[in-house]
Amino acid sequence: MTRRETYLDWNATAPLRPEAGAAITAALLRCGNPSSVHRWGRAARQSVERAREAVAALIGAAPEGIVFVSGGTEANHLALIGTGWERILVSAVEHSSVLGAVPRAERVAVDGNGIVDLARLNQLLAGDPRPAIVSVMLANNETGVIQPVAEIAAITQAHGALFHCDAVQAAGKLPLAAARIGADLISLSAHKLGGPPGIGALVVTGKAEPTAMIRGGGQERGRRAGSENLSGIAGFAAAAEAAAAGIADYERVRQLRDGLERAAIAAVADAVVIGAGVRRLPNTTALALPGVKAETQVIALDLDGIMVSAGAACSSGKVGPSHVLAAMGIAPEIAAATIRVSLGWTTTETDIAHFLDAWTALHRRHSRRAA
Amino acid sequence: MSATTAIALPKIDRHNRLPIYLDNQSTTPLDPRVLEAMLPYFTEHFGNPHSESHVYGKNAAAAIEAARADLARLVGADPREIVFTSGATEANNLALKGVAHFARAHPIGGGEPRDQIITLATEHKCVLESAAALAREGFAVDYLPVEPSGLVSLDRLAAALTDRTLLVSVMAAHNEIGVIQPLAEIGALCRARGALFHSDAAQAAGKIPLDVEAMKIDLMSISGHKMYGPKGVGALYVRRRPRVRLEPLIDGGGQERGLRSGTLPTPLCVGLGRAAALAAAEMAEEAVRIRGLRDRLQANLLRRIGGLVINGDPERRLPGNLNMSVPGLSAPDLIDACPSIAMSTGSACTSATVEPSYVLRALGLSEELANASIRLGLGRFTTAAEVDFAVDALAAATTRLRADRRMTDGAEPPT
Repeated sequence: MTRRETYLDWNATAPLRPEAGAAITAALLRCGNPSSVHRWGRAARQSVERAREAVAALIGAAPEGIVFVSGGTEANHLALIGTGWERILVSAVEHSSVLGAVPRAERVAVDGNGIVDLARLNQLLAGDPRPAIVSVMLANNETGVIQPVAEIAAITQAHGALFHCDAVQAAGKLPLAAARIGADLISLSAHKLGGPPGIGALVVTGKAEPTAMIRGGGQERGRRAGSENLSGIAGFAAAAEAAAAGIADYERVRQLRDGLERAAIAAVADAVVIGAGVRRLPNTTALALPGVKAETQVIALDLDGIMVSAGAACSSGKVGPSHVLAAMGIAPEIAAATIRVSLGWTTTETDIAHFLDAWTALHRRHSRRAA
Repeated sequence: MSATTAIALPKIDRHNRLPIYLDNQSTTPLDPRVLEAMLPYFTEHFGNPHSESHVYGKNAAAAIEAARADLARLVGADPREIVFTSGATEANNLALKGVAHFARAHPIGGGEPRDQIITLATEHKCVLESAAALAREGFAVDYLPVEPSGLVSLDRLAAALTDRTLLVSVMAAHNEIGVIQPLAEIGALCRARGALFHSDAAQAAGKIPLDVEAMKIDLMSISGHKMYGPKGVGALYVRRRPRVRLEPLIDGGGQERGLRSGTLPTPLCVGLGRAAALAAAEMAEEAVRIRGLRDRLQANLLRRIGGLVINGDPERRLPGNLNMSVPGLSAPDLIDACPSIAMSTGSACTSATVEPSYVLRALGLSEELANASIRLGLGRFTTAAEVDFAVDALAAATTRLRADRRMTDGAEPPT
């Protein structure tokens, strides 16, 4: 009998949706460069334009606004560097790809729940007349906490600032409409919603026109050069369509997640769910087991066949405190004991039970040792 | 969660398909063996390679490191010198801008700062555009002209190099005319003057032997889809000894030793690695076969089409490339008249525009000949029958177009 494996690290990457697998294979088998004028080139061009429509439909944007890039990280760079605005403000809980893109950016504080301090944002924009771009993510990758993006859009608009929203974790998990987000630029990633890795998009909704960071053959209307990643684009489109069709399934995922949190708190009196009091993604829980280091929990759970992470995947190789939890003012000993459990569309009750058994057993072992 | 569904390997039938694909410099078909290597990494090994705490992540990371080693071996590099990117365009942008931005941010004490960049007028658009962006930032960019053969003049390069030269960027093999530059000689010249040597090897890698040590190459760009690998992946070779320092273009999670952030696309990296391993194993034999087909195509076209002009050096060129001009005809007309052949005018990236190729103009071709140029790219899956079919189709189309033209010309009133 093979050992049971339970994947609860969906915020790091999601398994490929079957629809995306079929689209990728078909695209890999077709040869053609979309910039070529012959019929194989024209067919490739058509497939890119059809995909653009499918991705646009996922968030209710115009197809012309979709710029295909190599992933969420590049999308965030193109938004923040490509627009070339002098002043850049980012929330303190942004993904490392936003913080890394513009290390000089001013940080906007968040409250204890991880929500951007809107009064502070307003004050910062009012206090300096230079043209500014504000980057706030839709939902946090570590905690799942959802930001009040409509309010942020209203504030940025009132000050003539641009608003960039990193929707990488939210897309496919929440019903989204670009008009309701109100951002000028939105970042998307395929592999977080069941598409392949290596492809993402920056959505340009009209006001801001980013200048290409990667220059050359003038692809993507001059916004991003390089021969198009056809299989990635086709897989992204198929995953976006499947994600849009399956968005209602996240109600089931939410119930599983809520059940997991209730059971965890019932079993471990001092367990903490980070951001429990505010709106969060339906699939994410940042769960602290005080007294047991996150790395210890992750390794012990892995031995039991359960895959979770300590914070974000991109930085999980490094052992360091989470900048997200620190910005929320979470006590260092709680932050160091927080793991991220993230669910997805194939997660079952059995998966949750598997996790809870292993996690509570881990807790019992450690309490005995402590006693 | 139950096991993920594997993707079944589809059967590929490339035989007897029209149009005949003679556009292998634009993009190459994926080798079925590469596809086979990639598929498991879309499904059962889908983990994020940077999630090092669990087995799904570790499997993906191990596959990426194996691919990195295969790619390094193809060019005589150390695996730690390979940085995966989204393609050669990004690699070229990273090489030029990365070196320039690092040099500006970290000036070496004493002496004049190195702020000169030398490249060729015939480089790929992504190198020229990156150089132009740096020129706008105050770097001194020299665009060297080339010989009528398309080859760099080493004397001219030697004369252009100064103590302020930071970087020289010369394409290994040309995307339009296929000419192969004297890389080892360029490398030696650069090394002697303390300048870095970058080569865009998107067309050359996997087609001709490359050795970063022997050629003294400091940075080299590689593309997956030009060597029967997938689109959306490429790499930049970055020398470690002596270390070449770069500012990243894309920063964040710190992947790829801080030189390129972003989650690595495992299946694409695996595909690039497999493509490199296949090329390394089969290059010598394949080059002989493809060169034979190209020579046959060239000889038969020269025999059948009067006045045909071959562009670029006739000897020092990629085995699979033929670039020719048919005097008196326009290339778009010839392409329209030959729907059974997939071929191109100039490079794919610029073929949507109707301007004559800046590359052919740099070779000194008249506008008329540049407008009459066709690029035929042969590859791994090209057969002798396809070559013969293409000769017939091109010769027939030329005859027809020339006859039409004579009639049109004849119908004009005498002046």
